[in-house]
Amino acid sequence: MVNRVVVGAHYGLTAWLAQRVSAVVMAVYSLVFVVKVLMLPQLNYETWRGLFTPGWMRFMTFLFLLSIMVHAWVGMRDIWMDYIKSTGLRLTLQVGTILWLVGCTGWAMQILWRV
Amino acid sequence: MHFRVYRYDPDKDAKPYMQDYDVELEPTDQMLLDALVRIKEQDDTLSLRRSCREGVCGSDAMNINGKNGLACVTKVADLKQPIELRPLPGLPVIRDLIVDMTQFFKQYHSIKPYLINNDRPPERERLQSPEDREELNGLYECILCACCSTSCPSFWWNPDKFVGPAGLLQAYRFIADSRDQAINERLDNLEDPYRLFRCHSIMNCVDVCPKGLNPTEAIGKIKDLMVKRTV
Repeated sequence: MVNRVVVGAHYGLTAWLAQRVSAVVMAVYSLVFVVKVLMLPQLNYETWRGLFTPGWMRFMTFLFLLSIMVHAWVGMRDIWMDYIKSTGLRLTLQVGTILWLVGCTGWAMQILWRV
Repeated sequence: MHFRVYRYDPDKDAKPYMQDYDVELEPTDQMLLDALVRIKEQDDTLSLRRSCREGVCGSDAMNINGKNGLACVTKVADLKQPIELRPLPGLPVIRDLIVDMTQFFKQYHSIKPYLINNDRPPERERLQSPEDREELNGLYECILCACCSTSCPSFWWNPDKFVGPAGLLQAYRFIADSRDQAINERLDNLEDPYRLFRCHSIMNCVDVCPKGLNPTEAIGKIKDLMVKRTV
C-alpha cells in the first residue's frame, strides 16, 4: 500500500455529539441518584435494593449504563486515534474496546434486572 | 541577566544542548527580542527568526520558560531567571530556535484560506454589512506565528492529519465571511475525525495566543454549524 496521508472520512460529528449528550444523561442521572440515596432512611441492602425496584429507576439506570458505554467508547477511541499510529493495531484496539464495553454493559444490565 | 538557550546545529552537533548566556541589558532593552539581539552581539552563531519586532509578522515565536510566545512582545522584566528559550515544540528544528514550519503551512493551505466566490467581481469591492463584518473580528487578526498549533498536543501527535488551532481559526474566518460561497464545501472538508475532531478543547491555544485570539471558540462555532446542518 502506498504510504500517503489520508484524511476525509466525513464522519466524526455523530461521535462528538453522542459524547456530549451521554455526558448530560450521566450528569442528570448522577444528580437524581445522589438525591435518592440521601433521601433513604438508612443505607442497607434492603433500601439499596428498593432503590432499583421501581420501573422508572430501572429505565433510567439502563439509559445511564448505555450513556457510559457510548461516552467511554468515544473517549477510548479518541485515545487510540491520538496515540496509536499503526492502523492494524488501532483497529484491533478499537474493536477490543467495543467488545469489552458491550460485554460490560450487558453484564451490568443482567445485574440490574436480576435483583 | 541569565539565559539558557537551546542550541542545535545539525551539521556540527550530534544532539541538541542548552547554552548559558549572561548579558548586560541596556535600559532600552525592554523586550525579550532586544535581549536576544544582545546575545547575538556576543555570539553570532545563534540563529533565530525575527523581522518586524512589534508582534505583527509572527517570526520570532519561541518557547519562553515553557510557554510559547513572541519574543518581541514579551517583557523581559516579567520573566523568571534563568530565562529558558527553546524552539517551538513539535516541529522539526532546522537550527537553534528556527523550526521547519512546512507542516504548519500545509495544514493552513488545506483549509483554502481565501475567499471563494464565483460571482463576477464588482467594479470596486464586495460589500458587507457592518454586522457581517463584525463576525470577522477575533479571526482575521491571526498572524500565523504558530504559537497555538505548536502548543496543542493533538497537533503534536497528528500534525499530518489534524488541522490545528491556527488552521481551524482561519477556516472559521472564511466560514463566517458573508461574501464566501463555499461554506458547505468548507464544512465537508473539516468533517473528519482527524482534521477537526482531534480538538479536545483543552485551550492551550487560547492560553498562548499573543494576539489574544480564541481558536477554541472558533472550533466550537464550526462544530455548532455542523450540528445545525445535520440535525
